[in-house]
Amino acid sequence: MRISEYIGIPEVSSRSIKVWQRNRDVFLKDIKLNFLPPFLEPILYLLALGFGLGKFVESIDGVPYARFIAPALIAVSVMYASFFECSYGSYVRMYYQKTFDAIVATPLTIEDVIAGEMLWGATRSMINATVMIPVIGLFGLIDLKYSLMIIPFAFLGGLLFAAIGMCFTAITPNIMSINYPVLLFITPMFLFSGTFFPLSALPVAIQYFAVALLPLTHIVNVIRSLSYGILSSSILFDVTWVLLVSGILIVLSINLMRKRLVI
Amino acid sequence: MAVDNISFNIDEGEMFGFLGPNGAGKTTTMRMIQCISPVTEGKLEVMGMDVNTHQREIKSFMGVVPQENNLDMDFTVYENLLVYSRYFDIPKEKAEKRIEELLDFVHLQEKRNVMTESLSGGMKRRLVLARALVNRPEILILDEPTVGLDPQARHLIWDKLRGLKKQGVTIVLTSHYLDEVEKLCDRLVVMDNGKILVEGSPTGVIEEYIGSDIIEAEHNSELMACLEKKEVNYEVIGDLVHIYPDNSMELSEYLLMECSLSKISARPATLEDVFLKLTGRRLRE
Repeated sequence: MRISEYIGIPEVSSRSIKVWQRNRDVFLKDIKLNFLPPFLEPILYLLALGFGLGKFVESIDGVPYARFIAPALIAVSVMYASFFECSYGSYVRMYYQKTFDAIVATPLTIEDVIAGEMLWGATRSMINATVMIPVIGLFGLIDLKYSLMIIPFAFLGGLLFAAIGMCFTAITPNIMSINYPVLLFITPMFLFSGTFFPLSALPVAIQYFAVALLPLTHIVNVIRSLSYGILSSSILFDVTWVLLVSGILIVLSINLMRKRLVI
Repeated sequence: MAVDNISFNIDEGEMFGFLGPNGAGKTTTMRMIQCISPVTEGKLEVMGMDVNTHQREIKSFMGVVPQENNLDMDFTVYENLLVYSRYFDIPKEKAEKRIEELLDFVHLQEKRNVMTESLSGGMKRRLVLARALVNRPEILILDEPTVGLDPQARHLIWDKLRGLKKQGVTIVLTSHYLDEVEKLCDRLVVMDNGKILVEGSPTGVIEEYIGSDIIEAEHNSELMACLEKKEVNYEVIGDLVHIYPDNSMELSEYLLMECSLSKISARPATLEDVFLKLTGRRLRE
Protein backbone atom coordinates (compact mmCIF):
# COMPACT_ATOMS: atom_id res chain seq x y z
CA MET A 1 0.00 0.00 0.00
CA ARG A 2 1.65 3.15 -1.19
CA ILE A 3 0.51 6.53 0.06
CA SER A 4 0.43 7.86 -3.51
CA GLU A 5 -2.48 5.54 -4.24
CA TYR A 6 -4.55 7.60 -1.82
CA ILE A 7 -3.45 11.11 -2.62
CA GLY A 8 -2.79 10.91 -6.36
CA ILE A 9 -5.15 13.12 -8.38
CA PRO A 10 -7.67 10.78 -10.02
CA GLU A 11 -8.52 11.08 -13.70
CA VAL A 12 -12.08 12.29 -13.78
CA SER A 13 -13.70 13.21 -17.09
CA SER A 14 -16.68 15.37 -17.96
CA ARG A 15 -18.58 12.15 -18.52
CA SER A 16 -19.25 12.09 -14.79
CA ILE A 17 -22.14 14.40 -15.62
CA LYS A 18 -23.93 11.34 -17.08
CA VAL A 19 -24.04 9.81 -13.63
CA TRP A 20 -25.37 13.09 -12.26
CA GLN A 21 -28.08 13.00 -14.96
CA ARG A 22 -28.99 9.45 -14.06
CA ASN A 23 -29.50 10.33 -10.42
CA ARG A 24 -31.38 13.50 -11.34
CA ASP A 25 -33.77 11.45 -13.48
CA VAL A 26 -34.46 9.09 -10.59
CA PHE A 27 -34.98 12.10 -8.30
CA LEU A 28 -37.44 13.70 -10.72
CA LYS A 29 -39.53 10.53 -10.86
CA ASP A 30 -40.45 11.09 -7.23
CA ILE A 31 -40.25 14.82 -7.19
CA LYS A 32 -43.18 15.40 -4.81
CA LEU A 33 -41.81 13.06 -2.19
CA ASN A 34 -38.32 14.45 -2.59
CA PHE A 35 -39.39 18.07 -2.17
CA LEU A 36 -41.43 17.44 0.93
CA PRO A 37 -38.65 17.11 3.56
CA PRO A 38 -36.85 20.39 2.83
CA PHE A 39 -40.21 22.13 2.75
CA LEU A 40 -41.71 20.60 5.87
CA GLU A 41 -38.69 20.13 8.14
CA PRO A 42 -37.82 23.81 8.65
CA ILE A 43 -41.45 24.57 9.43
CA LEU A 44 -41.59 21.84 12.08
CA TYR A 45 -38.26 22.81 13.65
CA LEU A 46 -39.07 26.49 13.65
CA LEU A 47 -42.46 25.91 15.27
CA ALA A 48 -41.10 23.58 17.93
CA LEU A 49 -37.70 25.04 18.67
CA GLY A 50 -37.78 28.55 17.29
CA PHE A 51 -41.16 29.66 18.54
CA GLY A 52 -41.81 27.03 21.23
CA LEU A 53 -38.47 26.66 22.97
CA GLY A 54 -37.51 30.15 21.82
CA LYS A 55 -40.04 31.69 24.22
CA PHE A 56 -37.86 30.55 27.11
CA VAL A 57 -34.57 31.59 25.54
CA GLU A 58 -33.25 35.09 25.70
CA SER A 59 -32.00 36.50 22.45
CA ILE A 60 -28.54 35.29 21.44
CA ASP A 61 -26.13 38.15 20.75
CA GLY A 62 -29.17 40.36 20.27
CA VAL A 63 -30.77 37.98 17.79
CA PRO A 64 -34.11 36.25 18.53
CA TYR A 65 -33.73 32.50 18.99
CA ALA A 66 -35.79 31.51 15.94
CA ARG A 67 -33.62 33.74 13.78
CA PHE A 68 -30.52 32.20 15.34
CA ILE A 69 -31.43 28.61 14.52
CA ALA A 70 -33.03 29.21 11.09
CA PRO A 71 -29.69 29.29 9.19
CA ALA A 72 -28.48 26.28 11.20
CA LEU A 73 -31.46 24.33 9.92
CA ILE A 74 -30.32 25.03 6.37
CA ALA A 75 -26.76 24.00 7.26
CA VAL A 76 -27.95 20.75 8.85
CA SER A 77 -30.05 19.99 5.79
CA VAL A 78 -27.02 20.60 3.55
CA MET A 79 -25.09 18.09 5.65
CA TYR A 80 -27.81 15.45 5.78
CA ALA A 81 -28.77 15.62 2.09
CA SER A 82 -25.36 14.92 0.61
CA PHE A 83 -24.01 12.75 3.41
CA PHE A 84 -26.94 10.34 3.20
CA GLU A 85 -27.04 10.45 -0.60
CA CYS A 86 -23.37 9.45 -0.82
CA SER A 87 -23.37 6.98 2.07
CA TYR A 88 -26.54 4.87 2.19
CA GLY A 89 -27.63 6.00 -1.28
CA SER A 90 -24.33 5.29 -3.01
CA TYR A 91 -23.84 2.06 -1.09
CA VAL A 92 -27.20 0.76 -2.24
CA ARG A 93 -26.41 1.67 -5.85
CA MET A 94 -22.93 0.17 -5.61
CA TYR A 95 -23.65 -3.02 -3.70
CA TYR A 96 -27.32 -3.95 -4.02
CA GLN A 97 -28.33 -2.45 -7.36
CA LYS A 98 -24.96 -3.00 -9.10
CA THR A 99 -25.52 0.30 -10.85
CA PHE A 100 -21.82 1.14 -10.81
CA ASP A 101 -20.91 -2.19 -12.43
CA ALA A 102 -23.33 -1.52 -15.26
CA ILE A 103 -21.97 1.97 -15.82
CA VAL A 104 -18.28 1.05 -15.87
CA ALA A 105 -18.98 -1.29 -18.81
CA THR A 106 -19.51 1.91 -20.83
CA PRO A 107 -16.90 4.56 -21.64
CA LEU A 108 -17.22 5.87 -18.09
CA THR A 109 -14.60 4.88 -15.53
CA ILE A 110 -15.15 4.24 -11.83
CA GLU A 111 -13.59 7.65 -11.15
CA ASP A 112 -16.27 9.29 -13.31
CA VAL A 113 -18.99 7.37 -11.50
CA ILE A 114 -17.84 8.40 -8.02
CA ALA A 115 -17.34 12.02 -9.07
CA GLY A 116 -20.84 12.04 -10.60
CA GLU A 117 -22.31 10.61 -7.42
CA MET A 118 -20.71 13.35 -5.34
CA LEU A 119 -21.79 16.08 -7.74
CA TRP A 120 -25.30 14.80 -7.39
CA GLY A 121 -25.05 14.65 -3.58
CA ALA A 122 -23.94 18.29 -3.58
CA THR A 123 -26.82 19.14 -5.90
CA ARG A 124 -29.28 17.66 -3.44
CA SER A 125 -27.84 19.86 -0.70
CA MET A 126 -28.27 22.82 -2.99
CA ILE A 127 -31.86 21.86 -3.82
CA ASN A 128 -32.68 21.59 -0.12
CA ALA A 129 -31.21 25.01 0.62
CA THR A 130 -33.06 26.50 -2.34
CA VAL A 131 -36.39 25.18 -1.05
CA MET A 132 -35.71 26.18 2.55
CA ILE A 133 -34.68 29.78 1.96
CA PRO A 134 -38.13 31.00 0.82
CA VAL A 135 -39.88 28.93 3.50
CA ILE A 136 -37.74 30.50 6.23
CA GLY A 137 -38.07 33.82 4.45
CA LEU A 138 -41.84 33.62 4.85
CA PHE A 139 -41.36 33.49 8.61
CA GLY A 140 -39.32 36.65 8.27
CA LEU A 141 -36.25 34.95 9.72
CA ILE A 142 -33.74 35.66 6.98
CA ASP A 143 -32.27 38.85 5.60
CA LEU A 144 -32.80 38.58 1.86
CA LYS A 145 -29.78 40.76 0.97
CA TYR A 146 -27.21 37.95 0.69
CA SER A 147 -29.61 35.02 1.00
CA LEU A 148 -29.14 33.87 -2.60
CA MET A 149 -25.42 33.44 -1.94
CA ILE A 150 -26.39 30.62 0.39
CA ILE A 151 -27.37 28.52 -2.65
CA PRO A 152 -23.93 28.17 -4.28
CA PHE A 153 -22.38 27.80 -0.85
CA ALA A 154 -24.81 24.97 -0.13
CA PHE A 155 -23.40 23.23 -3.20
CA LEU A 156 -19.86 23.63 -1.91
CA GLY A 157 -20.83 22.46 1.58
CA GLY A 158 -22.74 19.62 -0.04
CA LEU A 159 -19.62 18.54 -1.89
CA LEU A 160 -17.75 18.39 1.43
CA PHE A 161 -20.33 16.11 3.05
CA ALA A 162 -20.69 14.07 -0.12
CA ALA A 163 -16.97 13.35 0.03
CA ILE A 164 -17.19 12.49 3.74
CA GLY A 165 -20.07 10.11 3.03
CA MET A 166 -18.24 8.56 0.09
CA CYS A 167 -15.11 7.93 2.18
CA PHE A 168 -17.20 5.93 4.64
CA THR A 169 -18.95 4.12 1.78
CA ALA A 170 -15.56 3.11 0.45
CA ILE A 171 -14.42 1.53 3.69
CA THR A 172 -17.62 0.24 5.27
CA PRO A 173 -17.83 -3.56 5.39
CA ASN A 174 -21.64 -3.52 5.10
CA ILE A 175 -24.57 -1.14 5.06
CA MET A 176 -25.27 -1.47 8.79
CA SER A 177 -21.81 -0.17 9.65
CA ILE A 178 -22.65 3.20 8.14
CA ASN A 179 -24.59 3.71 11.39
CA TYR A 180 -21.25 4.26 13.15
CA PRO A 181 -20.25 7.47 11.39
CA VAL A 182 -23.83 8.68 11.65
CA LEU A 183 -23.88 8.11 15.39
CA LEU A 184 -20.33 9.17 16.19
CA PHE A 185 -19.79 11.98 13.73
CA ILE A 186 -22.92 13.31 12.03
CA THR A 187 -25.21 13.41 15.08
CA PRO A 188 -22.66 15.12 17.39
CA MET A 189 -22.12 17.68 14.65
CA PHE A 190 -25.84 18.28 14.44
CA LEU A 191 -25.78 19.23 18.11
CA PHE A 192 -22.36 20.77 18.77
CA SER A 193 -21.48 22.89 15.75
CA GLY A 194 -23.03 26.13 16.91
CA THR A 195 -26.35 24.98 15.56
CA PHE A 196 -28.82 25.37 18.44
CA PHE A 197 -26.59 27.32 20.82
CA PRO A 198 -23.46 29.35 20.14
CA LEU A 199 -20.11 27.61 20.24
CA SER A 200 -18.97 30.11 22.89
CA ALA A 201 -21.15 28.24 25.39
CA LEU A 202 -18.78 25.28 25.15
CA PRO A 203 -15.43 24.87 26.96
CA VAL A 204 -12.65 26.52 25.00
CA ALA A 205 -10.93 23.25 24.17
CA ILE A 206 -14.09 21.88 22.60
CA GLN A 207 -14.55 25.10 20.68
CA TYR A 208 -11.15 24.62 19.10
CA PHE A 209 -11.99 21.01 18.41
CA ALA A 210 -15.23 22.01 16.70
CA VAL A 211 -13.52 24.60 14.51
CA ALA A 212 -10.70 22.25 13.59
CA LEU A 213 -12.58 19.00 13.02
CA LEU A 214 -16.32 19.50 12.79
CA PRO A 215 -17.06 20.60 9.22
CA LEU A 216 -20.61 21.64 10.04
CA THR A 217 -19.24 24.44 12.24
CA HIS A 218 -17.97 26.22 9.16
CA ILE A 219 -21.12 25.65 7.14
CA VAL A 220 -23.23 27.06 10.00
CA ASN A 221 -20.93 30.10 10.36
CA VAL A 222 -21.15 31.02 6.70
CA ILE A 223 -24.88 30.45 6.26
CA ARG A 224 -25.67 32.27 9.52
CA SER A 225 -23.60 35.24 8.51
CA LEU A 226 -25.26 35.41 5.08
CA SER A 227 -28.73 35.00 6.57
CA TYR A 228 -28.07 37.94 8.94
CA GLY A 229 -27.14 39.99 5.88
CA ILE A 230 -23.56 40.42 7.03
CA LEU A 231 -20.48 39.69 4.94
CA SER A 232 -17.82 39.45 7.61
CA SER A 233 -14.21 38.67 6.85
CA SER A 234 -14.35 35.69 9.20
CA ILE A 235 -16.33 33.69 6.69
CA LEU A 236 -13.30 33.78 4.39
CA PHE A 237 -11.59 31.48 6.86
CA ASP A 238 -14.60 29.16 6.91
CA VAL A 239 -14.90 29.04 3.11
CA THR A 240 -11.17 28.36 2.76
CA TRP A 241 -11.42 25.54 5.30
CA VAL A 242 -14.34 24.01 3.42
CA LEU A 243 -12.59 24.33 0.04
CA LEU A 244 -9.38 22.81 1.30
CA VAL A 245 -10.91 19.88 3.16
CA SER A 246 -13.38 19.19 0.34
CA GLY A 247 -10.52 19.01 -2.14
CA ILE A 248 -8.58 16.56 0.01
CA LEU A 249 -11.56 14.36 0.77
CA ILE A 250 -12.83 14.27 -2.82
CA VAL A 251 -9.45 12.97 -3.97
CA LEU A 252 -9.28 10.52 -1.08
CA SER A 253 -12.81 9.21 -1.57
CA ILE A 254 -12.33 8.54 -5.28
CA ASN A 255 -9.05 6.73 -4.62
CA LEU A 256 -10.57 4.70 -1.80
CA MET A 257 -13.50 3.71 -3.99
CA ARG A 258 -11.18 2.69 -6.82
CA LYS A 259 -9.27 0.53 -4.38
CA ARG A 260 -12.51 -1.06 -3.26
CA LEU A 261 -13.99 -1.64 -6.68
CA VAL A 262 -11.13 -2.27 -9.11
CA ILE A 263 -10.08 -5.87 -8.63
CA MET B 1 -3.10 -13.82 -9.25
CA ALA B 2 -6.22 -15.04 -11.03
CA VAL B 3 -4.69 -15.91 -14.38
CA ASP B 4 -1.15 -16.93 -15.16
CA ASN B 5 0.69 -16.70 -18.43
CA ILE B 6 -2.33 -17.07 -20.70
CA SER B 7 -2.17 -16.34 -24.39
CA PHE B 8 -5.08 -16.24 -26.81
CA ASN B 9 -6.17 -14.60 -29.99
CA ILE B 10 -9.75 -13.92 -31.01
CA ASP B 11 -10.46 -13.25 -34.67
CA GLU B 12 -12.80 -10.59 -35.93
CA GLY B 13 -16.34 -11.87 -36.49
CA GLU B 14 -15.96 -15.19 -34.72
CA MET B 15 -17.74 -16.59 -31.71
CA PHE B 16 -15.20 -17.52 -29.07
CA GLY B 17 -15.84 -19.40 -25.84
CA PHE B 18 -14.02 -19.43 -22.50
CA LEU B 19 -14.76 -22.62 -20.59
CA GLY B 20 -13.61 -23.81 -17.22
CA PRO B 21 -14.80 -24.73 -13.76
CA ASN B 22 -15.58 -22.04 -11.18
CA GLY B 23 -12.43 -20.20 -10.24
CA ALA B 24 -10.63 -21.14 -13.44
CA GLY B 25 -10.02 -17.47 -14.34
CA LYS B 26 -12.66 -17.03 -17.06
CA THR B 27 -14.41 -14.07 -15.51
CA THR B 28 -11.09 -12.39 -14.72
CA THR B 29 -10.02 -12.84 -18.33
CA MET B 30 -13.33 -11.38 -19.50
CA ARG B 31 -12.98 -8.47 -17.08
CA MET B 32 -9.53 -7.75 -18.45
CA ILE B 33 -10.89 -7.71 -22.00
CA GLN B 34 -13.58 -5.34 -20.78
CA CYS B 35 -10.90 -3.05 -19.31
CA ILE B 36 -12.38 -3.43 -15.82
CA SER B 37 -9.62 -5.44 -14.17
CA PRO B 38 -6.11 -4.15 -14.82
CA VAL B 39 -3.57 -6.31 -16.63
CA THR B 40 -0.64 -6.34 -14.21
CA GLU B 41 1.80 -8.21 -16.38
CA GLY B 42 2.00 -8.93 -20.08
CA LYS B 43 -0.02 -7.29 -22.80
CA LEU B 44 -3.65 -7.46 -23.84
CA GLU B 45 -4.88 -5.64 -26.90
CA VAL B 46 -8.46 -5.23 -28.04
CA MET B 47 -8.94 -3.94 -31.58
CA GLY B 48 -5.26 -3.06 -31.60
CA MET B 49 -5.52 -0.92 -28.45
CA ASP B 50 -3.90 -1.63 -25.09
CA VAL B 51 -6.55 -2.29 -22.42
CA ASN B 52 -4.57 -0.50 -19.73
CA THR B 53 -4.34 2.77 -21.60
CA HIS B 54 -7.33 2.95 -23.98
CA GLN B 55 -10.17 1.79 -21.81
CA ARG B 56 -12.67 4.47 -22.83
CA GLU B 57 -12.13 3.88 -26.55
CA ILE B 58 -12.31 0.12 -26.25
CA LYS B 59 -15.42 0.22 -24.10
CA SER B 60 -17.19 2.46 -26.60
CA PHE B 61 -16.96 -0.37 -29.16
CA MET B 62 -18.01 -3.04 -26.73
CA GLY B 63 -21.27 -4.48 -25.43
CA VAL B 64 -21.35 -6.45 -22.18
CA VAL B 65 -23.83 -8.98 -20.83
CA PRO B 66 -22.61 -9.60 -17.28
CA GLN B 67 -23.20 -12.74 -15.26
CA GLU B 68 -25.55 -10.89 -12.93
CA ASN B 69 -28.43 -8.87 -14.36
CA ASN B 70 -27.40 -5.40 -13.24
CA LEU B 71 -30.33 -3.56 -14.76
CA ASP B 72 -31.14 -0.19 -13.28
CA MET B 73 -34.10 -1.01 -11.08
CA ASP B 74 -34.93 2.65 -10.57
CA PHE B 75 -36.08 2.79 -14.20
CA THR B 76 -38.51 1.18 -16.63
CA VAL B 77 -37.43 -1.03 -19.53
CA TYR B 78 -37.41 1.89 -21.94
CA GLU B 79 -35.66 4.25 -19.53
CA ASN B 80 -32.99 1.64 -18.87
CA LEU B 81 -32.02 1.69 -22.52
CA LEU B 82 -32.27 5.45 -22.82
CA VAL B 83 -30.17 6.17 -19.75
CA TYR B 84 -27.62 3.60 -20.88
CA SER B 85 -27.36 5.13 -24.34
CA ARG B 86 -26.44 8.41 -22.68
CA TYR B 87 -23.32 6.83 -21.18
CA PHE B 88 -22.15 6.25 -24.77
CA ASP B 89 -22.87 9.83 -25.81
CA ILE B 90 -25.48 8.66 -28.31
CA PRO B 91 -27.65 11.63 -29.35
CA LYS B 92 -31.19 11.32 -27.99
CA GLU B 93 -33.01 11.08 -31.34
CA LYS B 94 -30.67 8.44 -32.62
CA ALA B 95 -30.95 6.54 -29.35
CA GLU B 96 -34.75 6.61 -29.42
CA LYS B 97 -34.77 5.08 -32.89
CA ARG B 98 -32.23 2.48 -31.86
CA ILE B 99 -34.22 1.57 -28.75
CA GLU B 100 -37.36 0.86 -30.82
CA GLU B 101 -35.32 -1.52 -32.98
CA LEU B 102 -33.88 -3.20 -29.92
CA LEU B 103 -37.23 -3.61 -28.18
CA ASP B 104 -38.47 -5.35 -31.31
CA PHE B 105 -35.31 -7.42 -31.51
CA VAL B 106 -35.66 -8.83 -27.99
CA HIS B 107 -39.48 -8.91 -28.03
CA LEU B 108 -40.00 -6.48 -25.19
CA GLN B 109 -42.15 -3.81 -26.86
CA GLU B 110 -45.14 -4.59 -24.62
CA LYS B 111 -43.01 -4.29 -21.50
CA ARG B 112 -41.46 -0.95 -22.38
CA ASN B 113 -43.06 0.96 -19.50
CA VAL B 114 -42.66 -1.74 -16.89
CA MET B 115 -40.16 -1.39 -14.04
CA THR B 116 -37.40 -3.96 -14.47
CA GLU B 117 -38.05 -5.62 -11.11
CA SER B 118 -41.33 -7.08 -12.34
CA LEU B 119 -39.79 -8.72 -15.42
CA SER B 120 -39.29 -12.50 -15.54
CA GLY B 121 -35.77 -13.93 -15.60
CA GLY B 122 -35.86 -14.46 -19.34
CA MET B 123 -37.11 -10.94 -19.99
CA LYS B 124 -34.40 -9.45 -17.78
CA ARG B 125 -31.77 -11.36 -19.70
CA ARG B 126 -33.18 -10.17 -23.02
CA LEU B 127 -33.20 -6.61 -21.77
CA VAL B 128 -29.58 -6.93 -20.66
CA LEU B 129 -28.76 -8.17 -24.16
CA ALA B 130 -30.62 -5.24 -25.73
CA ARG B 131 -28.77 -2.88 -23.41
CA ALA B 132 -25.45 -4.37 -24.49
CA LEU B 133 -26.37 -3.60 -28.11
CA VAL B 134 -27.39 0.01 -27.61
CA ASN B 135 -24.04 1.31 -28.90
CA ARG B 136 -23.96 -1.07 -31.90
CA PRO B 137 -20.91 -2.87 -30.50
CA GLU B 138 -18.30 -4.52 -32.65
CA ILE B 139 -17.44 -6.86 -29.80
CA LEU B 140 -20.04 -8.46 -27.58
CA ILE B 141 -18.95 -10.01 -24.28
CA LEU B 142 -21.33 -12.43 -22.60
CA ASP B 143 -20.69 -13.95 -19.19
CA GLU B 144 -23.01 -16.96 -18.92
CA PRO B 145 -25.72 -15.44 -21.09
CA THR B 146 -28.38 -18.11 -20.55
CA VAL B 147 -27.87 -19.09 -16.94
CA GLY B 148 -31.16 -19.87 -15.22
CA LEU B 149 -33.30 -19.54 -18.34
CA ASP B 150 -35.94 -21.96 -19.57
CA PRO B 151 -35.29 -23.77 -22.89
CA GLN B 152 -37.47 -21.36 -24.85
CA ALA B 153 -35.61 -18.35 -23.57
CA ARG B 154 -32.23 -20.03 -24.16
CA HIS B 155 -33.10 -20.82 -27.74
CA LEU B 156 -34.25 -17.26 -28.33
CA ILE B 157 -30.94 -15.90 -26.99
CA TRP B 158 -28.96 -18.36 -29.17
CA ASP B 159 -30.97 -17.31 -32.17
CA LYS B 160 -30.21 -13.65 -31.48
CA LEU B 161 -26.51 -14.36 -31.02
CA ARG B 162 -26.33 -16.20 -34.34
CA GLY B 163 -28.07 -13.24 -35.96
CA LEU B 164 -25.54 -10.84 -34.47
CA LYS B 165 -22.64 -12.99 -35.62
CA LYS B 166 -24.04 -12.87 -39.15
CA GLN B 167 -23.97 -9.10 -38.90
CA GLY B 168 -20.25 -9.37 -38.22
CA VAL B 169 -20.22 -8.85 -34.46
CA THR B 170 -17.34 -10.59 -32.68
CA ILE B 171 -18.79 -12.54 -29.77
CA VAL B 172 -16.89 -13.71 -26.71
CA LEU B 173 -18.71 -15.80 -24.15
CA THR B 174 -18.31 -17.97 -21.09
CA SER B 175 -20.79 -20.67 -20.20
CA HIS B 176 -21.15 -23.73 -18.05
CA TYR B 177 -23.64 -25.12 -20.56
CA LEU B 178 -21.27 -26.98 -22.80
CA ASP B 179 -23.93 -27.88 -25.34
CA GLU B 180 -24.42 -24.16 -25.76
CA VAL B 181 -20.75 -23.60 -26.44
CA GLU B 182 -20.59 -26.59 -28.75
CA LYS B 183 -23.51 -25.27 -30.78
CA LEU B 184 -22.46 -21.65 -30.94
CA CYS B 185 -18.72 -21.22 -30.78
CA ASP B 186 -16.27 -21.34 -33.65
CA ARG B 187 -13.38 -21.71 -31.28
CA LEU B 188 -12.88 -22.10 -27.57
CA VAL B 189 -10.35 -22.46 -24.81
CA VAL B 190 -10.68 -24.58 -21.69
CA MET B 191 -9.14 -22.95 -18.62
CA ASP B 192 -8.35 -24.26 -15.19
CA ASN B 193 -6.36 -22.81 -12.30
CA GLY B 194 -5.67 -19.64 -14.23
CA LYS B 195 -4.12 -21.42 -17.21
CA ILE B 196 -5.36 -22.32 -20.66
CA LEU B 197 -5.42 -26.10 -21.12
CA VAL B 198 -6.57 -26.41 -24.72
CA GLU B 199 -7.59 -24.25 -27.62
CA GLY B 200 -9.44 -25.19 -30.79
CA SER B 201 -12.78 -25.69 -32.48
CA PRO B 202 -15.42 -27.69 -30.56
CA THR B 203 -15.22 -30.63 -32.95
CA GLY B 204 -11.44 -30.44 -33.16
CA VAL B 205 -11.07 -30.47 -29.40
CA ILE B 206 -13.50 -33.37 -29.02
CA GLU B 207 -11.74 -35.34 -31.73
CA GLU B 208 -8.36 -34.69 -30.23
CA TYR B 209 -9.15 -35.54 -26.62
CA ILE B 210 -11.96 -38.11 -26.81
CA GLY B 211 -12.49 -39.32 -30.36
CA SER B 212 -15.82 -39.35 -32.07
CA ASP B 213 -17.82 -41.68 -29.82
CA ILE B 214 -18.13 -42.88 -26.27
CA ILE B 215 -19.50 -46.23 -25.11
CA GLU B 216 -21.10 -46.23 -21.68
CA ALA B 217 -21.43 -49.53 -19.85
CA GLU B 218 -22.23 -50.74 -16.37
CA HIS B 219 -19.17 -51.35 -14.20
CA ASN B 220 -18.60 -55.06 -13.46
CA SER B 221 -15.69 -57.47 -13.40
CA GLU B 222 -16.71 -59.26 -16.57
CA LEU B 223 -16.56 -56.05 -18.53
CA MET B 224 -13.20 -55.11 -17.05
CA ALA B 225 -11.72 -58.44 -18.05
CA CYS B 226 -13.09 -58.00 -21.53
CA LEU B 227 -11.66 -54.50 -21.85
CA GLU B 228 -8.22 -55.57 -20.64
CA LYS B 229 -8.16 -58.21 -23.32
CA LYS B 230 -9.13 -55.72 -26.02
CA GLU B 231 -6.64 -53.06 -24.84
CA VAL B 232 -8.89 -50.03 -25.25
CA ASN B 233 -8.90 -46.76 -23.31
CA TYR B 234 -11.53 -46.48 -20.64
CA GLU B 235 -12.37 -44.59 -17.48
CA VAL B 236 -14.29 -45.79 -14.44
CA ILE B 237 -16.78 -43.27 -13.08
CA GLY B 238 -18.61 -44.74 -10.10
CA ASP B 239 -20.94 -47.44 -11.39
CA LEU B 240 -20.26 -46.48 -14.95
CA VAL B 241 -17.44 -47.10 -17.38
CA HIS B 242 -16.68 -44.69 -20.20
CA ILE B 243 -14.93 -46.44 -23.06
CA TYR B 244 -13.14 -44.44 -25.73
CA PRO B 245 -13.06 -46.70 -28.80
CA ASP B 246 -11.33 -46.17 -32.11
CA ASN B 247 -14.23 -47.82 -33.84
CA SER B 248 -17.37 -47.75 -31.74
CA MET B 249 -19.51 -49.99 -33.97
CA GLU B 250 -16.96 -52.73 -33.93
CA LEU B 251 -16.29 -52.46 -30.21
CA SER B 252 -19.95 -52.35 -29.17
CA GLU B 253 -20.63 -55.42 -31.25
CA TYR B 254 -17.65 -57.15 -29.70
CA LEU B 255 -18.76 -56.23 -26.16
CA LEU B 256 -22.31 -57.39 -26.83
CA MET B 257 -21.36 -60.64 -28.50
CA GLU B 258 -18.21 -61.75 -26.74
CA CYS B 259 -18.76 -60.37 -23.26
CA SER B 260 -22.51 -60.98 -23.12
CA LEU B 261 -23.22 -57.53 -21.68
CA SER B 262 -26.72 -56.18 -21.92
CA LYS B 263 -26.52 -52.60 -20.73
CA ILE B 264 -24.25 -50.67 -23.02
CA SER B 265 -24.89 -47.60 -25.15
CA ALA B 266 -22.82 -45.72 -27.67
CA ARG B 267 -23.18 -41.97 -28.15
CA PRO B 268 -21.25 -39.19 -29.85
CA ALA B 269 -18.61 -37.61 -27.64
CA THR B 270 -19.40 -34.11 -26.40
CA LEU B 271 -17.54 -31.11 -25.16
CA GLU B 272 -18.67 -32.07 -21.67
CA ASP B 273 -16.61 -35.26 -21.93
CA VAL B 274 -13.55 -33.22 -22.90
CA PHE B 275 -14.23 -30.74 -20.13
CA LEU B 276 -14.47 -33.42 -17.44
CA LYS B 277 -11.46 -35.26 -18.78
CA LEU B 278 -9.33 -32.12 -18.72
CA THR B 279 -10.49 -30.54 -15.50
CA GLY B 280 -11.36 -33.64 -13.52
CA ARG B 281 -14.50 -34.54 -11.62
CA ARG B 282 -13.50 -33.00 -8.32
CA LEU B 283 -16.09 -30.48 -7.09
CA ARG B 284 -15.08 -26.84 -7.22
CA GLU B 285 -16.03 -24.14 -4.74
